[in-house]
Amino acid sequence: MTAKSRTTSILLTTIVAILAVVYLFPILWLLLSSFKPGSELFSYPLKFFPDEITFGNYEYAWATMEFTKYVMNTLMVTVATTVLTVLASASCGYALAKYNYKWLSVFFLCILTTTMLPTEVIMNPTFTVIQTLGLYDSLWGLIIPSINTATGIFMFRQFFQTVPDDLLEAARIDGANEGRIFFGLMLPIAKPIIITLSIFSFQWRWNDYVWPLLVISDPNKYTVQVALRSIVGADNIDWVLLLSASVISILPMVLIFTVFQRYIMDTGASSGLKD
Amino acid sequence: MTTRRKDKNHKWALAFVIVNMVLFTLFFAWPGVLGVYYSFTDYTGISANFIGLENYVNLFQDKSFYKAMGRTFLYTVLSVPLLYVFSLLISVLLVNKYTKGKGIAKIIFFFPWLISPLVAGVIFRWMFGESFGFINYALGLIGIDPISWSSDGNMALMVVLFATIWGGTAFNMLIMMSALMNIPKSYYEAADIDGANGWQKFLNITLPSLKPTTFMVILLSVIHSMKEFAMVQSLTNGGPGTDNTFLVQYIYQTGFDQRNIGYASAVSMVLFVILLLFALINMKVEERSKI
Repeated sequence: MTAKSRTTSILLTTIVAILAVVYLFPILWLLLSSFKPGSELFSYPLKFFPDEITFGNYEYAWATMEFTKYVMNTLMVTVATTVLTVLASASCGYALAKYNYKWLSVFFLCILTTTMLPTEVIMNPTFTVIQTLGLYDSLWGLIIPSINTATGIFMFRQFFQTVPDDLLEAARIDGANEGRIFFGLMLPIAKPIIITLSIFSFQWRWNDYVWPLLVISDPNKYTVQVALRSIVGADNIDWVLLLSASVISILPMVLIFTVFQRYIMDTGASSGLKD
Repeated sequence: MTTRRKDKNHKWALAFVIVNMVLFTLFFAWPGVLGVYYSFTDYTGISANFIGLENYVNLFQDKSFYKAMGRTFLYTVLSVPLLYVFSLLISVLLVNKYTKGKGIAKIIFFFPWLISPLVAGVIFRWMFGESFGFINYALGLIGIDPISWSSDGNMALMVVLFATIWGGTAFNMLIMMSALMNIPKSYYEAADIDGANGWQKFLNITLPSLKPTTFMVILLSVIHSMKEFAMVQSLTNGGPGTDNTFLVQYIYQTGFDQRNIGYASAVSMVLFVILLLFALINMKVEERSKI
């Protein structure tokens, strides 16, 4: 290594290190605070590390809130939506990539416009629709509308466009029907996209706030995010509860990330995102 | 024979997209059309009377609407470029061969992606608490007076910006890093032969090669900031007062809390038109830049 490239290396590594500390700090501070007893949280001078580490806040959160229920509700919604959205997006993306019909191009344009008019923007009419369809206050009201995602469809469309048409023609000549071709041949080779979209969908649903806010009113059907909202929305925030509850809400995502890290961070897998 | 097979494929194609088509109709087209209809009525949840353009006329004379719109624009104008610069800086550093510790750094920068906007709001509210937050405490240690992060509207907006950049970097970084890695190495090698320095290479190779990615990232970021809701709900709840009430929260408050659904729908339509216009301008500029 030359002297010049060593200087460059030190300079760049220092910048990255400083930025990394800045990005890491908020989450670290949340984590450390959640292990401090309530009396220590607000007593000056603040200390970076807890004087005594306590799990009391977590016991308190678990006892005050029905976390098992919220986690189960959220998990059910998240898993069901993810499975369904992968299937629907894969078949829809496949059709958009491999069939040439005018109405399909029109439908693709329609899907494009959904990114311009997110649900947040039309919450009131969406609420009416949810009520009319009898989905109000039901977990299905969180699952069904979320199956249709433009990003998922784009990802699969992009991927299937790179699959050579010869492969299809060969299977057609062998007498396979279109359904067999899709399920037997195309879906298995789309595995990287299936995994990437599953992770994305899991994150979207687990962290979703707008749909549960619209659809759910019965506390027994709360998802984790709406349960958290009920703590943040109080006039006097119970920080002891809020900090530990926030950490609990992040844990499932951290677990997923640890297991599937290479699929997310392998930037090739996310290349389907650029359209 | 060929026509028969084609017809059959037609049915298969329909079978493949039918789920998304039905869902698109039910949860996008229907509420969309309903929203347009509501915006011309005085609907409050019980009965709707057609009142023509009255909602729109009132809207454009409503100070609170202009305030929410102005604040949303200000937030977007500030957050989109800042987020872009930080994401680009981090991505460039993380693909550079001279940077050490890229593996761990990537995980740290990506981590905020796992955290919901609501919890991100909680984290920043906790850090920037005026009398109990770490930031004011740390500032006090170096002799700076506490800053009114939550009682001053502009300071509160700054905290919202910090939280936005912190939470938004990861996703942009994923897209940008894969785009950066796709730039042919030969471009840089040719520049090396010509004796170009790092900055020149960045300006003349990296930035132009990133152009399509830049257009997409900017468009997605603008849509994202214009609909910001969850994070602000837990961070400032639109406050202090209504200083940082953005459009979606304004729609939520007028539509659900005050049950003024017709009026809220008119705001929705204005927001939709703004997003659509921006997307079209973005497309036009991208087209032109290709020539």
